Amino acid sequence: MEKREMTCIGCPLGCTLTVRLMDGAVQEVTGNSCKRGEEYALEECSNPIRIVTTSIPLSDGRMLSVKTEQGIPKALIIPCMRALKGLQIEAPVRLGEVVVRDVAGTGINVIATRDVA
Amino acid sequence: MKPIKSYDIVIIGGGPAGLAAAAGSRQNGAERILILERDGVLGGILNQCIHNGFGLHTFKEELTGPEYAARFIAQVKDMDIEYKLNTMVMNISSDKKILAINRQDGMFEIQAQAVILAMGCRERSRGALNIPGFRPAGIYSAGTAQRLVNMEGLMPGKEVVILGSGDIGLIMARRMTLEGAKVKVVAEVMPYSGGLKRNIVQCLDDYGIPLKLSHTVIDIDGRERVRGVTLAQVDENRRVIEGTEEYIPCDTLLLSVGLIPENELSDQLALEMVPATSGPAVNERLETSLAGVFACGNVLHVHDLVDDVTQEALLAGKHAAAYVDAGAKESDMLSLIELKGTDGVRYTVPRYINPLKMEDTLTVRFRVEDVFENQFISVYLGDERIQHLKKRVLAPGEMEEIKLKKEILLAVQNPEIMTIKVEEG
Amino acid sequence: MYDVVIIGAGVTGSAVARELSRYEMNICVVEKEEDVCCGTSKANSGIVHAGFDARPGSLKAGLNVQGSRKMARLARELDIPYRQNGSIVICFEEAKLGELERLKSNGQANGVSGLEIITGTRMKGIEPNISSRVKGLLYVPSGAIICPFKLTMALAENANVNGVEFKFDTGVSGIEKIASGYLLTTSCGMIKTRSVVNAAGVYADTFHNMVSDDKIEILARKGEYCLLDKKAGNFIERTVFQLPTRLGKGVLVTPTVHGNLLIGPTAYDTPDKEGTQTTAAGVREVIMKAGLSADDLPLRQVITSFAGLRAHAAHDDFIIGEVEGAEGFFDVAGIESPGLSSAPAIGEMVADLVVKKYQPVKKKRFIAERRDVVGIAGKSMDEINQLIQNCPEYGNVICRCESITEGEILDAIHRPLGAKSLDGVKRRTRAGMGRCQSGFCAPGVIEILARERKLDRLEITKSGRESKMLSGYDKDQL
Repeated sequence: MEKREMTCIGCPLGCTLTVRLMDGAVQEVTGNSCKRGEEYALEECSNPIRIVTTSIPLSDGRMLSVKTEQGIPKALIIPCMRALKGLQIEAPVRLGEVVVRDVAGTGINVIATRDVA
Repeated sequence: MKPIKSYDIVIIGGGPAGLAAAAGSRQNGAERILILERDGVLGGILNQCIHNGFGLHTFKEELTGPEYAARFIAQVKDMDIEYKLNTMVMNISSDKKILAINRQDGMFEIQAQAVILAMGCRERSRGALNIPGFRPAGIYSAGTAQRLVNMEGLMPGKEVVILGSGDIGLIMARRMTLEGAKVKVVAEVMPYSGGLKRNIVQCLDDYGIPLKLSHTVIDIDGRERVRGVTLAQVDENRRVIEGTEEYIPCDTLLLSVGLIPENELSDQLALEMVPATSGPAVNERLETSLAGVFACGNVLHVHDLVDDVTQEALLAGKHAAAYVDAGAKESDMLSLIELKGTDGVRYTVPRYINPLKMEDTLTVRFRVEDVFENQFISVYLGDERIQHLKKRVLAPGEMEEIKLKKEILLAVQNPEIMTIKVEEG
Repeated sequence: MYDVVIIGAGVTGSAVARELSRYEMNICVVEKEEDVCCGTSKANSGIVHAGFDARPGSLKAGLNVQGSRKMARLARELDIPYRQNGSIVICFEEAKLGELERLKSNGQANGVSGLEIITGTRMKGIEPNISSRVKGLLYVPSGAIICPFKLTMALAENANVNGVEFKFDTGVSGIEKIASGYLLTTSCGMIKTRSVVNAAGVYADTFHNMVSDDKIEILARKGEYCLLDKKAGNFIERTVFQLPTRLGKGVLVTPTVHGNLLIGPTAYDTPDKEGTQTTAAGVREVIMKAGLSADDLPLRQVITSFAGLRAHAAHDDFIIGEVEGAEGFFDVAGIESPGLSSAPAIGEMVADLVVKKYQPVKKKRFIAERRDVVGIAGKSMDEINQLIQNCPEYGNVICRCESITEGEILDAIHRPLGAKSLDGVKRRTRAGMGRCQSGFCAPGVIEILARERKLDRLEITKSGRESKMLSGYDKDQL
């Protein structure tokens, strides 16, 4: 029986979660203030994911802020950044528009987080 | 001589505070509103806060800074609220004449009925901390580095030491790492981090970046470009402990060592200021000591959550509109109640309350000056305790709030002091 | 082949260059740093001393008093911020009042006028915020403050406009006596010249000793300062000195000509001639000593601290003159305080020596006047709009703290000896000197410099050479 403590990153509260695991499987999550905390604990113990945000240059020199549409596996964060290296985007771009499909083989798209004229 | 244009409400700053203040003004009937913004886009500091974590309270979802700003920019555009970009406000007179400058209009004057200060805040510099050493290239405040990395695509350096574990320092630790730099350590002079716990996880732990509490930078090496810094441990009085010096080779030092309201214009207006916040003192309607001049957002006091800024600014807009509607007269500045933070509470916003003028419920925001566990926040009206709330954790880095009911305060007939304090039992 | 090579583009070298540029001579200033005013000239008190404390008969005394008398006119000619605010020397003990008397007599012997000892209630009339512990003061009405960067810059620009060549990033590593004069080995090649003016600051001994067996030694005497916010600028009107010590004038408190408050310097000798780092002990000492001069000095309003190295010669006086046994080699060494104040007079004295020796023809046309960088601060709305009409960039505020616009920065870059780096822009316009210490304006200045100098932003430096501001683009290192 394993007991793990972690900080939930689901919202600014940052509840301290206590997770009880048996043979790697989560048995119980305590300390969370909401459902998201429980979900986070389950995910963090099996397949930790993170939303990645960055900026990509537009061809005219301006920068476009982007994010992965959903969390990607933690281990693929740097490969994701490498996959975006050297990329340049053409304006105009709409907020929410997909700028990169299936980044670094994660199956997850990168989308724009602002409008650019 | 150009004729002076007149507006009901002029808002200084088009960031989250200014945008919400504009919306709040319009929603409450103000017609001629003008936002003056110094950058080339609306959105303020949110434009460079490209990371996630904004808007959970307001929108029940987590947005990046630009996405949060976009909602309010859309609202301003939908409401047909006028704004000028690339425009710097140079001066505001006590009769609310605003002097501003931009390339197209040159230097021009505007007459406002009411003014809302929403200029945000700036960062404390190396110089203000007197960190000894050379003055090489490679020393940046975290916010300036954030602007360069996120909005210009430029890296300040490759091997980074960060001083200050507030949220900006933590966010930049991750940012620099994601863009290819090596962040060697985050040093924090206090025995606790000033940032959100989630940021310790997703900015430091995720990338194996060490956090050294009770440490500070005592020397900067490198005549032309940073070559390294010396860290040292400090005691509970923040004095350097001899023998703990450690030289860390690096080419960049990022400083996240404090935010200060942009108070040039507030000082020019000779507003009553609050030393603990470096912002102006305001009453229950977020009005400063000068009638018709309101303040909201980081220029009033530095916030942790943009949602709070939005709430505060909507109210400021509402009250500014009411002021104009009532004829923009010298307000009844009588404030029966003065709020004081004592015994662990560093400051409160607002500072003054006129019960007759307050909403049914008034949100009082405050910060504590130390970390407290399992204590109470108590509110005293004179000698009578009117609130006693148990708080598991209180920390300087987490703004708190209490709510006051108008009906209770209406009973006050004579000037009273209201104290908010931390109590053990 | 030059007639004169001046080593050092500080205030001394620039003053000599300007005076010599009145003559038909081929003159070159060589400077190891990337710009004018990079050594002691940029890290001092900015005070135009009246000249009361130097030893009568010394070069310091004579040149200080002369320089002080010439400064107001020079400031007008070359458009340099200057203000005669008056100085006071304060003393905290009745027993030391005699020292004030001594200083007064000393000053009178040097030709300083208007000196007056004041005690009692009259003291507050001279300086209202003076410490209540002060027992007496020496009032020196001719003391003044000036911008040391703009003084140096103005002298250099004016010299350049009048034909003097400036070579930057040009360090001298060897000087050899040859038949026609001197052969200098520099980082940018060999330079032949008839004569040399050695105005090399803390390195003047290095060059003197290359041509003379009669060695001299210049010590680097470090002085640390703290600069206070403009909000504190009105606190004191006079330049307030404490009684001088063996090491120098002591820690002073002074308004600057730009409206800040400046406190410092300390004084201790360092073997490191590049040792301009501030120290915790030094800054503490400045704050502690300055706090003695006035009650409630707003010491929490420090916006930055810095250190300068004075060039100190052992016998405590300037070394100015042709070196014996090294014909045509003129020392201008040991120019510590009152070097800045003496600059106009030193320039004339050294120029006279060179002119007497070589008898050059005086130019028919010498451009005596020079305009400072044009900015919006202090101007009326109409004046500003006129500027913007001619140059819309004057409507783009880049440095919020000091109200510096893009127009002004463009002026600073494109004028003679224009700015090439952030510090170059800073010294010419004050962008970056405000309370946020370039937190806001650095990205804007980098962009403007890159655009105007046709460089990649990655090449922009803080102060030349290796001091690059940026390391690369995002994701470069991934």
